[in-house]
Amino acid sequence: MLELKNLSVKIDDKEILHNLNFRFEVGKLYAIMGPNGSGKSTLAFVILGHPRFVLSKKSKIIFNGKDITDLRPEERAKRGIFLSFQTPPSLSGVNIFQLLNFAFPKVNPSILREKVRKVAEKIGVGNEILERSFALGLSGGEKKKVEALQAVVFDPKLLILDEIDTGLDVDALKRITRILHENKKGKTFILITHYARVLKYLRPDYVVVLKDGRISNVGDETLAEKIEKEGYKNF
Amino acid sequence: MMNSKKLKFEYKYGFRVDHKPFYTTKPGISKKVVQEISWLKEEPKWMRDFRLKSYEIFKRKEMPGWGPDLSTIKFDEITYYIKPTEDRAKIWEELPPEIKKTYDLIGIPEAEKKFLAGVTAQFESEVVYESIRKDLEKQGVIFCDMDTAVRKYPEIVKEYFGKLVPPADNKFAALNSAVWSGGSFIYVPKGVKVNLPLQAYFRINAERMGQFERTLIIAEEGSYVHYVEGCTAPIYSTNSLHAAVVEIFVKKGARVRYTTIQNWSKNVFNLVTKRSKAEEEAIMEWVDCNIGSAVTMKYPSVLLVGKRARAETLSLAYSHGKQVQDSGAKMIHLAPETSSRVISKSVAGNGGRTSFRGLIQVARGAKNSSVYVSCDALLLDKKSRSDTYPTMKIFENSTQVQHEATVERIGEDKLFYFNCRGIKKEDAESLLVNGFIAPISKEIPLEYAIELNRLINLKMTGTVG
Repeated sequence: MLELKNLSVKIDDKEILHNLNFRFEVGKLYAIMGPNGSGKSTLAFVILGHPRFVLSKKSKIIFNGKDITDLRPEERAKRGIFLSFQTPPSLSGVNIFQLLNFAFPKVNPSILREKVRKVAEKIGVGNEILERSFALGLSGGEKKKVEALQAVVFDPKLLILDEIDTGLDVDALKRITRILHENKKGKTFILITHYARVLKYLRPDYVVVLKDGRISNVGDETLAEKIEKEGYKNF
Repeated sequence: MMNSKKLKFEYKYGFRVDHKPFYTTKPGISKKVVQEISWLKEEPKWMRDFRLKSYEIFKRKEMPGWGPDLSTIKFDEITYYIKPTEDRAKIWEELPPEIKKTYDLIGIPEAEKKFLAGVTAQFESEVVYESIRKDLEKQGVIFCDMDTAVRKYPEIVKEYFGKLVPPADNKFAALNSAVWSGGSFIYVPKGVKVNLPLQAYFRINAERMGQFERTLIIAEEGSYVHYVEGCTAPIYSTNSLHAAVVEIFVKKGARVRYTTIQNWSKNVFNLVTKRSKAEEEAIMEWVDCNIGSAVTMKYPSVLLVGKRARAETLSLAYSHGKQVQDSGAKMIHLAPETSSRVISKSVAGNGGRTSFRGLIQVARGAKNSSVYVSCDALLLDKKSRSDTYPTMKIFENSTQVQHEATVERIGEDKLFYFNCRGIKKEDAESLLVNGFIAPISKEIPLEYAIELNRLINLKMTGTVG
């Protein structure tokens, strides 16, 4: 599904990911854990092709058998990779319907609107939030809900959730993880998180520990529990 | 990892037609040229004297010592007066084919049929076509070119002409006063409400041309009129100059809305003085959209002289590449309980530069007045620049003042977010820019708002409509 080959990444001449090699399989849920600054969010941005990061010549990102290393972010998105942002930017003057109309130019706007409203209701995003400028003045938790809402609407093959749990109250977290779980079939999930809390609701098949830009450990969900107890020093 | 595609902008109205004018003065300005224009127009002595006096002021006045660089204007190379046709047309078919073609391409005859109460079309120095709906004419509404007004309504013209913008106001007002030609004259009698807009369309066709129209609007007590002006020109490597003067008198309880969609080609210096006077309970609204030109300097102003008069300026500027949009607003509160609102939105991309200049003055005695200024700038990239020069002179303690200013950059992170949703850079910018200007574009008649959005999207995507 997604394969990282010799992935080394620099920003401003500083290498932050060092020769990562990993294969994410179809239908599995991966939790990427790691201390602050270990390169977790960078990895998410690099998978989507953020222009700020520079990849070494040997680096390759393969998605569904195709080399996507040189593709632009919008082309990767169209192939079914979705990133739920840790902190989505505010977009003044543009609401979520306008954004989605551009993302789905072939879908009738009123049908799209209807679909968004239905998903919003399930997730617990109010109409007022849908109509206002995107993410403007929203709390951290509300922003996460809007990201989750899009994750359902886009229905991607690879869903990367960057810190989906922070800022959400426990009820919202349960609700959102349940909805994501319902749509899990045939998809690969990459869950970037600090805490094992979210892993009770979205149970990982694998836990991958990222430390100083390197994969330091791979295990099952018990690894997350150990990290929660002991911290990262042993992993 | 990603190459950003360079934005380019192609101008739809850059075409020129081969047109042999009926008469043209020699390039350059002199006392003789001023006299020649007046003589050709068979003007009364008072107007000729006004022109000559203004010419003397023009010679004396310094160029503005602030704002954009105007040093490339070559006053000696400009042709100050071009009379395109011998007579004015009453129906489009009467126009010479090349001029008719110009307006057909711009879409004016269609617009007239669909949603306008009256149209004048100025080609070079003269209005070549004018019409007004018969029912308005019967109600006493006058909508004609300024030259006709001098001949047919000298008493009204004498009372108001040059009274709000005297020739000595600034160098370009003096120049306009000396060589003015064309422009609109609107008189709306007491209580008459003109429900559909009146439109004037200004076109420069010749190279190194100077267009100096003069517009005068008088809205009598309780009347209403909405005037819309549009302007385009062909693309030349040399510069043309457009220096207009607009004066508007809004009487007690009347309301005037003046909408400009300025889309001159990128070789036109657009230096315009616009001023209005709002009497008791009158409402004056400027909707000033500057999309085109090489350099624009324009700060529509309102003198609020009557109790409870209200004024609003909605200013939109879009600067792309080497363009400089230096625009703003002036609100002078001279009576109690007056209120003004200035809302400015500017967008700069590909190295473009926008400046907002605002002057808000509340005189002592203008008690319980309120002022609101909000100026927002949107920068599309790091090369572009936006400056804000707000001046507030409040001499009355009871004034309510609100001032907000923001600068926003469409940074990499925002674009990346859109990209991650499958939306490409150009579409993302267009969405953000259209969202940003929506508070102003929704105030413009639908037909123009569509045109405005089209112009903006053209700038964003580089495609030709």
